[in-house]
Amino acid sequence: MQLTVWTYEGPPHVGAMRVATAMEGVHYVLHAPQGDTYADLLFTMIERRDKRPPVTYTTFEARDLGKDTAELFQATLIAAHERFKPQAMLVGSSCTAELIQDDPGGLARATDLPIPVIPLELPSYQRKENWGAAETFYQIVRTLAGSPRGKAMADRADRDRRPLCNLLGPTALGFRHRDDVAEITKLLGEIGVDVGVVAPLGAAPDDIARLGDADFNVVLYPEIAGVAAKWLKRTFGQDFTTTVPIGVGATRDFIAEVGRLAGGAVTDAAGRISPSNLPWFSRSVDSNYLTGKRVFVFGDATHALAAARVATEEFGFTLCGLGTYSREFARDMRAAAAQHGLEAVISDDYLDVEASIAEAQPELVLGTQMERHIAKRLGIACAVISAPVHVQDYPARYSPQMGFEGANVLWDSWVHPLVMGLEEHLLGMFRDDFEFHDGARPSHLGAGARVEPAPEMAVRASESSSAVTAVAEAAAPIALGWGSDAEEELRKIPFFVRGKARRNTEQFALERGLAEITVETLYDAKAHFSR
Amino acid sequence: MTPPFAGEGAAVPVAGCRERPVMRERGQREVFCGLTGIVWLHRKIQDAFFLVIGSRTCAHLMQSAAGVMIFAEPRFATAVMEERDLAGLADANDELDAAVARLLERRPDIKMLFLVGSCPSEVIKLDLSRAAARLSDRHAPAVRILSYSGSGIETTFTQGEDRCLAALVPELPRVDNAPPQLLIVGALADVVEDQFARLFAAMGLDTVCFLPPRRAGDLPAVGPNTRFLLAQPFLADAAKALEARGAAHIAAPFPLGAEGTTLWLKAAAQAFGVDPMCFRAATAAPEARAKRALAPLEASLAGRRVFFFPDSQLEIPLARMLSRELGARLVEVGTPYLHRQHLAEELALLPEGTVLSEGQDVDRQLDRVRAAAPDITVCGLGLANPLEAEGLTTKWSIELLFTPIQGYEQAGDLAALFARPLDRQTRLRV
Repeated sequence: MQLTVWTYEGPPHVGAMRVATAMEGVHYVLHAPQGDTYADLLFTMIERRDKRPPVTYTTFEARDLGKDTAELFQATLIAAHERFKPQAMLVGSSCTAELIQDDPGGLARATDLPIPVIPLELPSYQRKENWGAAETFYQIVRTLAGSPRGKAMADRADRDRRPLCNLLGPTALGFRHRDDVAEITKLLGEIGVDVGVVAPLGAAPDDIARLGDADFNVVLYPEIAGVAAKWLKRTFGQDFTTTVPIGVGATRDFIAEVGRLAGGAVTDAAGRISPSNLPWFSRSVDSNYLTGKRVFVFGDATHALAAARVATEEFGFTLCGLGTYSREFARDMRAAAAQHGLEAVISDDYLDVEASIAEAQPELVLGTQMERHIAKRLGIACAVISAPVHVQDYPARYSPQMGFEGANVLWDSWVHPLVMGLEEHLLGMFRDDFEFHDGARPSHLGAGARVEPAPEMAVRASESSSAVTAVAEAAAPIALGWGSDAEEELRKIPFFVRGKARRNTEQFALERGLAEITVETLYDAKAHFSR
Repeated sequence: MTPPFAGEGAAVPVAGCRERPVMRERGQREVFCGLTGIVWLHRKIQDAFFLVIGSRTCAHLMQSAAGVMIFAEPRFATAVMEERDLAGLADANDELDAAVARLLERRPDIKMLFLVGSCPSEVIKLDLSRAAARLSDRHAPAVRILSYSGSGIETTFTQGEDRCLAALVPELPRVDNAPPQLLIVGALADVVEDQFARLFAAMGLDTVCFLPPRRAGDLPAVGPNTRFLLAQPFLADAAKALEARGAAHIAAPFPLGAEGTTLWLKAAAQAFGVDPMCFRAATAAPEARAKRALAPLEASLAGRRVFFFPDSQLEIPLARMLSRELGARLVEVGTPYLHRQHLAEELALLPEGTVLSEGQDVDRQLDRVRAAAPDITVCGLGLANPLEAEGLTTKWSIELLFTPIQGYEQAGDLAALFARPLDRQTRLRV
C-alpha cells in the first residue's frame, strides 16, 4: 500500500478515457461501480469540454454483485451501441470491476455487435494513466489501422508529391495538446510536409484506417504514442520522429529529423518559417540576470526532458534538479540528469519531490500543478510545464509549447514569475527596505507577500525529510555558534541561498575548529566556496 | 412519541399526498460515491483524519472532487492498494497497519482516524472494522480509530456522511437520567451551527449538541432522553443508529428557506414544550429578515421551470423551498434515494403532481431534460458544461453542499445560488 494524498496520474482507465474522448465516433463502455463517473468532470470542468466524454459506465452496486454483473455489462454495451451508434467501441474494467473478473472483452464478443469492439486490459493495481492512454491508443491502432498503403502509394507517387506524415499522441486533457497540434501542423506545412491523420485527437476510426497512407509518423508525446509508433514501424515500415520539438534548438533538430525521414524532400525553410523571438530575447542584455539561475525541473518525461534542455541552452539557467513521475522513462531521465551532474528524481510521491526541491533550493521551479503548490509553500517562483493540469492550464489564447511559437510561450511563461533584473539588484542592495524585503513578491505580479510555509510544514518536515528541515531552519532563529553580527549579515543574503550559505559557513567553521562564527567567517567561507 | 415530548409532526401542514408516485430508474448513475463526503467532513471535525483504503481511482477522485487541490495539507489521504496487497489478505492488513503507523507518526495532531472503505476494499472483503479495533488497541488512548464504508457500490455521495456519523454513534457517551436533550445531526457550516445554537438558546434550549462535533473529543452524550433533529435529509443510517441508542427522532422538514427553517425549529420547540409565544419571540425577527432577503429574488425565480438531476438527496427540500417560497415550477425532482419517512414532511409540502424520480438512468434523464427545456437544470459537474453548451442554464449541485445554505440568514444566499445563472444569462451579450 502506498500512502498518498495527491497523485500525478489517475488510474489507467482514465488514460483510456483521454483517448476515447479525443476521438470521434468511438464509444467506451466501462465496467465500473457507481462513483467512477467522477472522471467525466475532468473533461467537462478542467478542460471545459462542451460534450460529455463518450463513456458509458455500468455503475454496478453492491446488490448487483450477488446477481449477474456480466449481464449488466452486456445490456449496457448493447444499449450504448444503440444510443450512440459509434463506429467502434472500447470495453474494459475500472479497478473494482477488475476484481470481479467479468471479462468485458469476452462478454463483448458474445454480444456480436456489427462494429469493431476493442477490449482493453488495463491493470489498475500496477499501471497508471499515461500507460493506459498508450495501451489504448496502441490497441486502437492495431485493430483499425488497416493495411500499409503508404509504401504502395509512395512507390507510384509522382515526384512532385509532398511528403505525408501523421501526428501521433495528442489526447483530451493533455497539456496544450490542441495548440501543439496546430503549431506543428503549421510548421510542417511551411517546410513542405503534409499532415495526413492527427490521432487520437480528432481522429475517427476511418482516419485510423488511413494511418498507413503516410510516409512517416511524428510522435509528439512519446508517453502516449510511443508504443503505437513502434508497432507502425514494425508493421507498416513507417519511421517515426524521436525529437520532441519543444524549444528553439529541439525544433531545429526536429525539422532536420523530419527532413531525413521525408527523404530530403523538405524545402529550404529559411524564408517561410516564422522564427522565434527567444534567441534574441535571451541574448538581449537585460536577460543577463537570468544567467545561472537555479532551476528545478519536474514533470512528465517529455516535458521535463525538453524543459531541461531549453532551461540550460536557451535561458542560460543552471539545472539544480531534474525528475519525472513517468517511471517508464526513468532511464532517459537519469541519463539527462547525469549530463548536468545531477541524480534524477524518479518518484510519484509528491512529498519526495517536495523534499528534493527544498534541498536543491532553486530560484525557479518548472513543474506540474503539484510543484506549483510546493513552490508556493516554499516561496519560490514557478511555471507549469506539464500535466497534471488545472483549469488554468487551458488558456483561452493560443498557447502552444511546441515549435517556434511554443518557444515564445516558454519565454514569456518562465520569465514572468521571476523578479526582474534591476529589481533583483535593488532587492539585494536595500534588503531592509520596508517595501523591498525578502517576503515581497516581484512588483509586476501585484501587491501581496510571498506565501510563508505553513506552520504545519515544520511538523511535517521534521518527520518527512531532513532536507525540508534545513529550509525550515533557515528561516528560524540561528543556533549556537553564530555571533549576532554574523547572524545579522546572514539575513542580508537572499532567502533562496541563505540555507546553503548557512550550511557552507558552518561546515567551513567546523572544519577549522572555529568556536564562533563571525562576519569574517561568513565572508571567508563565501570566498572559500566560490572558488 | 410519549409525553413530555408532545406533538411530533404536528408542525407540518397537511397538504399534498405522502404516497406520491415515484419514477424508479435503473441505469448509469452520474453521481459521486460516498468518499466525496470526506471533502467537507475533514474540515468539519478539525482533529480527525480520513484514510481511504482504496485504489488510485479513489485518490484521483478525492483530488478531482476537491476541485482545486487543497494544499494546506488536507486531513485525508489514500492508502493505495497495489498488486501485492491483493495477493493475500494477511499481507494487506500488515500493509494497512504500517500505513496507519506512518500516518500517525507524521500527524501527531490527529485524535480520531477514520478508516474509510472503498469499492475495491469492499470487494476483496478487507475487514476494516476489525482493522480499526486492532489499530485502536495499538494507538489508544492518543487516537481513536473507527471505520465506515464510503464505497460507490454501497453509498451515493452524501451517504458517505451518513455512514461516517453512524460509525460515530456507538462512540457517543451514554446518559441515562439526564434532562431531555436536543441533538442536531448532520454536518453544518460552523456559522450556521452557531446561528442555530443562538436561536435555540433564545427559546430556552441552551444545551443543544451537534453531531458531528468540531473536535473529536467533544462527542455529545446520547440516551433515552435524547431527541434528535436531522439537519440533513440523507442521514438514514445515522438516525437508525441513534434510535438504537434510545434517542428519538423529531420529524420535521429541513431548514432550507424561511419556511423550512421555521418548521424545523418549531418541530424541536414543540417536542421540548417551548411556549409558542417564546418560540415566536425567538424566530419572528430572523424569519422576517429571511423573507426580506428572499423577496428581491422572487422576481427572477417565480414561474421558472426547474429540473433536478439526482445528486445529494437535498433535491426534495430544495424543490420545496424553490416552489413554495420563490414560486418556481418543478419539472422533475430527481433524488438518488428517497427516504419516505425522513422526507414525509417535505413530500407533503410539494405541489400536487410534482414528478419525482429515484435512482437514475442518466441518458434517459437527459432525453427528458432536453424535451422539457427547463429554465434551470440542477446537476453535477460532469453534466453542467455539456448542458450549458446545449443552451440549458444550469446550477452545479455540488455548490449546494459546499456553501452554507441552511437557516434564516442563509435563505437569501440559497435563493441567490439559483438566481445567479439566470442573472448571468441576461447580462451576457457574447
